[in-house]
Amino acid sequence: MKAKSGLTRFHNCHILRDSAIIKEDLWIRDGKIENPEQVFYVEQLEADETVNCEGLLIAPGFIDIQINGGWGIDFSYDCENVEEGVQKVAKKLLTQGVTSFCPTMVTSDKEKYKKILPRIKKTQGGHHGATVLGVHLEGPFISLAKKGAHMDEYIKTLDKGIKTIYEIYGSLDNAVIVTLAPELPGATEAIKELSKLGIKVALGHSTASLAQGEEAINSGANLITHLFNAMLPFHHRDPGLVGLLASSTNKQVYYGIISDGLHTHPAALRIACRTNPKGLVLVSDAVAAQGLADGNYHIGPQKVTVEGGKAYVSRTKTLCGSTAVLDECVRTFKEATGFHTST
Amino acid sequence: MRLIILEDAGVVADWAARFVLQRITEFAPGPGRHFVLGLPTGGTPLGMYRRLIDFYKEGRLSFKYVTTFNMDEYVGLPRDHPESYHYYMWNEFFKHVDIEPGNAHVLDGNAADLVAECRRFEDLIAQAGGVHLFIGGIGPDGHIAFNEPGSSLVSRTRVKTLAYDTLEANKRFFGHDISKVPRQALTVGVGTVMDAKEVMILITGVHKALALSRAVEEGVNHMWTVSAFQQHPQALFICDEDATLELRVKTVKYFKALSDEHQKMIAEVPVAAQRVLH
Repeated sequence: MKAKSGLTRFHNCHILRDSAIIKEDLWIRDGKIENPEQVFYVEQLEADETVNCEGLLIAPGFIDIQINGGWGIDFSYDCENVEEGVQKVAKKLLTQGVTSFCPTMVTSDKEKYKKILPRIKKTQGGHHGATVLGVHLEGPFISLAKKGAHMDEYIKTLDKGIKTIYEIYGSLDNAVIVTLAPELPGATEAIKELSKLGIKVALGHSTASLAQGEEAINSGANLITHLFNAMLPFHHRDPGLVGLLASSTNKQVYYGIISDGLHTHPAALRIACRTNPKGLVLVSDAVAAQGLADGNYHIGPQKVTVEGGKAYVSRTKTLCGSTAVLDECVRTFKEATGFHTST
Repeated sequence: MRLIILEDAGVVADWAARFVLQRITEFAPGPGRHFVLGLPTGGTPLGMYRRLIDFYKEGRLSFKYVTTFNMDEYVGLPRDHPESYHYYMWNEFFKHVDIEPGNAHVLDGNAADLVAECRRFEDLIAQAGGVHLFIGGIGPDGHIAFNEPGSSLVSRTRVKTLAYDTLEANKRFFGHDISKVPRQALTVGVGTVMDAKEVMILITGVHKALALSRAVEEGVNHMWTVSAFQQHPQALFICDEDATLELRVKTVKYFKALSDEHQKMIAEVPVAAQRVLH
């Protein structure tokens, strides 16, 4: 009887390596990925157990940088049991393959930020739940014309730049991403200040022209929030924020995109990822209703009705977030773009 | 010496793999009774490895009681460099079959003491009881393993400085930058391979035609080190039609006429009988 090596070999599977999905075995020991070549030549060990994966894909944990809640929890609304709510979602997300996320707060009343934001702390993940990377603050410094499901009365201007930002949010300690509209007066300065603090600035809910978008990118912004949604549609004489995908700024622009089969047409997904494949970031933009049945919910202060899995602002046809889960988004994306796995 | 002329590189790969299958099966390895195989790297044997993997997957062949020794390795190239022979052997062969890690020997080109490493390798071969079948390829200049032209025909495992031709030929694997090609390699000697009970050399392609003619039609010459195997009691040269282009018609006709006999070698004819029937 041979000594146990503690190694498990996943066989007959696809894995992601160097930006390609390849057919390759995966070796792990004590929860860590091992280099099988090193194990073979240096340690001269074999796996205790070989698992036949029958061609499945073993993907790294997903990272969701825009998620408003799920399983009845709304990160922008519930201010009583904030920690429990985040913990519940963190735990449930593991079942969908999400191992890190940015709890996202939509445009809210100043009081909500004061009550909720300090209580969503960055936490290391594990078996207990996905890692909380920090809060994504989506609004309130956005365009009224592209408000989507955000409430008019809480949307703010940025006239005093970073001062206004602190005034509304209070502390920025737990924030990692701020989505704002770059055409707002004071936005450029705010983007510079936020970038200095190490906070990523995303552009969204905006009527910005391409020039305004490029100025924001040159000031430190590097992300577009839910591409195509809540921004000007592509126009060939002024492509707007969508034009950033092919802009000449020489900076890599990333863009969140909701590939739930509803928010973004498959052809639009293909246009985005063929134009700028490196910048693609799939997001769920999931709301509290995710994981639950059709019915009435809310996203921040806004009432939401879910019918047939589609979340609308109640009594309207305005989409407000999704009920999608990220692993489904990955499948939809794969189908839409025809990305195939090599053998 | 036998020269087995086959249609193309694909048939050579298949034939070579079947020969290995026949030899291992005939030997019937088991606990305490390992079949010892010498192995090459490079483009020529790739097809053979793929067929051997097929045989393993079909359950026709196991490497559980097979010990292997690789011919050579670059000096100073990280083991996980895509051009290292460790990398090649792991990805093209070892990881696909049931060979035990402790039985797969590849020279360590990163050893602190390269001389000791070469001695250790020779000792390991001796401890294994010698090599039953050594498989090799050749370079366009007729080198076997890294025994460049001018190498001693009785050489043992050692550090070898590579010839300019070899660096030039290999730079395509190193971003077309000759300065990135390792200058030295560890290699088994001609004598090391000569000690094997049986040797099988694979030669395919027009660019190897001159080397093949020097190997089999001219005298034994250290400038074409593979020619040393003319003096081996059981040496096989397996080539494709393209590689015969520099041979005499007479040579080609003679060996081709023997092809029925050659086919028996991969059938289930006992090895002892094959050694007598030429």
